[in-house]
Amino acid sequence: MARYIALLVVFAIMIGVFVIGLGKDPRKIPSPLIDNPAPQYELPRVKDPALTIGSADYAGQLVLVNIWATWCVGCRQEHQYLNELAARNIIPIYGINWRDQRDEAIAWLENLGDPYVASAYDVDGRVGIDWGVYGAPETFLVSPDGNVIHKYIGPMHEDAWQNEFLPLIAEFNGGTR
Amino acid sequence: MIPEIGHFALILALSLAVCQGIMPLIGAHKNDEALMSVARPAAVGQFVFVIISFACLAWSFQQNDFSVLYVANHSQLALPAIYKFAAVWGAHEGSLLLWILLMAGWTVAVARYSAELPRDMTARVVGVLGLLSCGFLLFTLLTSNPFERLIPAPADGADLNPLLQDPGLAIHPPILYAGYVGFSVAFAFAIAAMLTGKLDQAWARWTRPWTTWAWLFLTVGIALGSWWAYYELGWGGWWFWDPVENASFMPWLAGTALIHSLAVTEKRGLFKSWTLLLAISAFSLSLLGTFLVRSGVLVSVHAFATDPERGLFILAFLGIVIGGALSLYAWRAPKLDSTAGFRPLSRETFLLLNNVLLIIATTIILYGTLAPLLYDVFEWGKISIGPPWFEFAFALPMVPLILLIGVGMHTAWRSQAFAALYEQLKLPGIIAIVAGIAVPTVFYGRSGLLLSIGAIAGFWIMAVSLIHPIRSWRRAPGTPAMTRSVMGMSVAHFGVGMFTLGITIVSSFTVETDQSVRVGETVEVAGYQFKLTNLQNVQGPNYQALEGEIEIRRNGEFISELRPQKRTYLVQQSPMTEAGIDAGWNRDLFVALGDPLGNDAWSVRLQYKPLIRFIWLGALIMAFGGLIAASDRRYRLTATATEKTPELSGEPA
Amino acid sequence: MKPRQQRMLAVGLAAAGLAIATVLSLKAFQENLMFFIEISEVANGNAPQDRNFRVGGLVVEGSVRREPGELEVEFTLTDLENELPVFYNGILPDLFREGQGIIAHGRLDNGRFIADEVLAKHDENYMPPEVAESLAKHAAAQEAALEAETDQQ
Repeated sequence: MARYIALLVVFAIMIGVFVIGLGKDPRKIPSPLIDNPAPQYELPRVKDPALTIGSADYAGQLVLVNIWATWCVGCRQEHQYLNELAARNIIPIYGINWRDQRDEAIAWLENLGDPYVASAYDVDGRVGIDWGVYGAPETFLVSPDGNVIHKYIGPMHEDAWQNEFLPLIAEFNGGTR
Repeated sequence: MIPEIGHFALILALSLAVCQGIMPLIGAHKNDEALMSVARPAAVGQFVFVIISFACLAWSFQQNDFSVLYVANHSQLALPAIYKFAAVWGAHEGSLLLWILLMAGWTVAVARYSAELPRDMTARVVGVLGLLSCGFLLFTLLTSNPFERLIPAPADGADLNPLLQDPGLAIHPPILYAGYVGFSVAFAFAIAAMLTGKLDQAWARWTRPWTTWAWLFLTVGIALGSWWAYYELGWGGWWFWDPVENASFMPWLAGTALIHSLAVTEKRGLFKSWTLLLAISAFSLSLLGTFLVRSGVLVSVHAFATDPERGLFILAFLGIVIGGALSLYAWRAPKLDSTAGFRPLSRETFLLLNNVLLIIATTIILYGTLAPLLYDVFEWGKISIGPPWFEFAFALPMVPLILLIGVGMHTAWRSQAFAALYEQLKLPGIIAIVAGIAVPTVFYGRSGLLLSIGAIAGFWIMAVSLIHPIRSWRRAPGTPAMTRSVMGMSVAHFGVGMFTLGITIVSSFTVETDQSVRVGETVEVAGYQFKLTNLQNVQGPNYQALEGEIEIRRNGEFISELRPQKRTYLVQQSPMTEAGIDAGWNRDLFVALGDPLGNDAWSVRLQYKPLIRFIWLGALIMAFGGLIAASDRRYRLTATATEKTPELSGEPA
Repeated sequence: MKPRQQRMLAVGLAAAGLAIATVLSLKAFQENLMFFIEISEVANGNAPQDRNFRVGGLVVEGSVRREPGELEVEFTLTDLENELPVFYNGILPDLFREGQGIIAHGRLDNGRFIADEVLAKHDENYMPPEVAESLAKHAAAQEAALEAETDQQ
């Protein structure tokens, strides 16, 4: 009888290891940046290269920083939602156009709408690397004193907004942070 | 509209699967005819709706409906039509739909060809299959809906991964999945037996052909995968011990043990708990493979886009299915009785060793595959373990096993006289030893201990596999010919021998080199002269390529001209290597283009691979042997003509 | 020997065989295991000197060098805090390019990393997870160091 139970025990241990393993997935691991200063950067704007946009422009504000690109289908998936979110005027959204082509990025924003205050043109991805970006789209919540509070990987949607971002934003507005 | 129909059809399929899962099982428990007879119509209904759903997705691809997110992610206007069809199963969501389709198909087949089975057994088997289908349908509908919309739709899609734009994609996954899913039938039979508490030789006779069919599909599927990786990836490798490959190999090893264990249970009423456990394991390993590939816990070049949330769902499903099965096993297995005995020198002993060694091999591969995860979870570091370890550790149980196969095949049930066995095997043994040492030395110029062992093992199995066919061919007129079972066994084991010989020779004598070459220059590899005669730009339907022309000669005599390409696909802008291969029954010549090195020179990969085709040919012959065995008269499955079927009892022929 | 003794002998032999095989395979496992070592760790001297291991980082722009017409290539990997020179004699993978995150297997030889395998992720826009983690960690560390410097001035 014992050996049959032993099988079940071994199996249960395996499941345990898997559950922990799933939790350790790098996409779920809090980025090393969480509660640490967000990268400082200054890049030319996508729409108007003569002007720049960077972390200095939103210092002192609670903002979303969204990494996007025209070649990324997930970005297209979340784009309409970002438009809606920007229209609610809860929090400004700054974009970083990652490893993309300027004319395609401009066309994209013209055709699909522009939810961003402005988008930075990070053509070689260096700024993205500073943010620890490992794929697009990714969205960061940055505090008024310049720390990364939250990182969300994948297309943004209402559930993520309600469950992950709003509670943190509420903490700031309610003065508990 | 069509995607919504597809989505809705899937929901209807789920509701039918729920009926199919719950009602017959309750009916079998309460001996209620009406409930039990729900099984077949529910299974057929589910199948119909799954086909509709699948067709809707395929239609969306053909019609370039980029408002469907899955189509936008994996197709493109310029994609050739055949790949638009194969792209249906080219990524996670669609491949699940393929899985569900095949599961429904197998279930309908079981429901139809069950004349010999008692009604309650059929009801239980179809019921369990229904519950499994529910799990997959729920998973798809809740986490991986292929019909999700993308509004506004892009003008063109992101294109199918260039590596998948190949005929291999059209055939490898369907056949492979047919194997994975087919083991669910053996699993269902095992659960049914455990629910009733009765497992007899009749049960083994019913289960055997289904299991053999699943096994042979999996064999062909894995062989196709290996062959496809060889010519598509551009490195000349045919097995990388990658987690996804291991995920397919483990069910195969367990399945091989299972078909042999079923033979013992059918013939002698022994090994009942082994057979049950192997039936549970084979399908459990299929499920585990699905989990590993789709959850992101393991990194692999083959893995689907990963998502830990999906991983959690599959893990829960795994836990319930396997945990439930093992619990039933713990409850019922101790009470299974076997009364027959056997002497040390008997077929039973060899098949017992077969079970043990295959399970050891499976455990070794499982350990190697999961070790990186284990180390990460316990924070012992981020590790990877490469092919050299797998090859060594895997060979430890397999070399003895292969040598024993030759003996076990000719050992009688219950008790075998040693002298008679020795007489029979003496000649093949001598042939094997001579050939095993002579062939490498004479044809390939070298010998060595491991090389000789491998070559002898290969020739040994091929030789002893011919004993039965030769004897049957030379039999006195009037005496019965060998049965298909025996013929199937001989053919399949002959395939194993070819496979072993192929691996041994190719591992020992392959020549792989990367060289710098200019147009007009010649490089010599393994006695062949490779000359780069030209480099030019060519255009394909959705790619541009740099094509090299390589002329191969041997001793001045023209052998072949190959055209390897370096492609750039237009949409994804990713480069891809298309190798040039000159295939022969006894060797392959493999060339691939590298990079420009400056000074008009290019890096080129040149490989000589002796007997590599024996690997896949051996696997195909194995599968063919399985086909022959499964078609033996004893297993001729008849469709249920009417509802009334006689009760069957006990001993088959 | 009596049948019972025969059985016990057989079981004993099998157990011994299993034990030997287990020991052999575990020993081989330890020897063949490859750890992922961050470039900064290698720079600090915390990398094994006599066995294979894995490193990962970004290919430094302008660092890819080869003799014209020769196969051997040299390039520098960085984790944004430290660098490591890598030597490789073979065909680089399709998706290898400067600025890309790649992983290499090999061993140290006098401070140079001699790679016997170079791997790039299957998609040019994504990066191996270990590399991304390592980069983010060291980028942050370097930022902090820079800030500390400017604060002192």
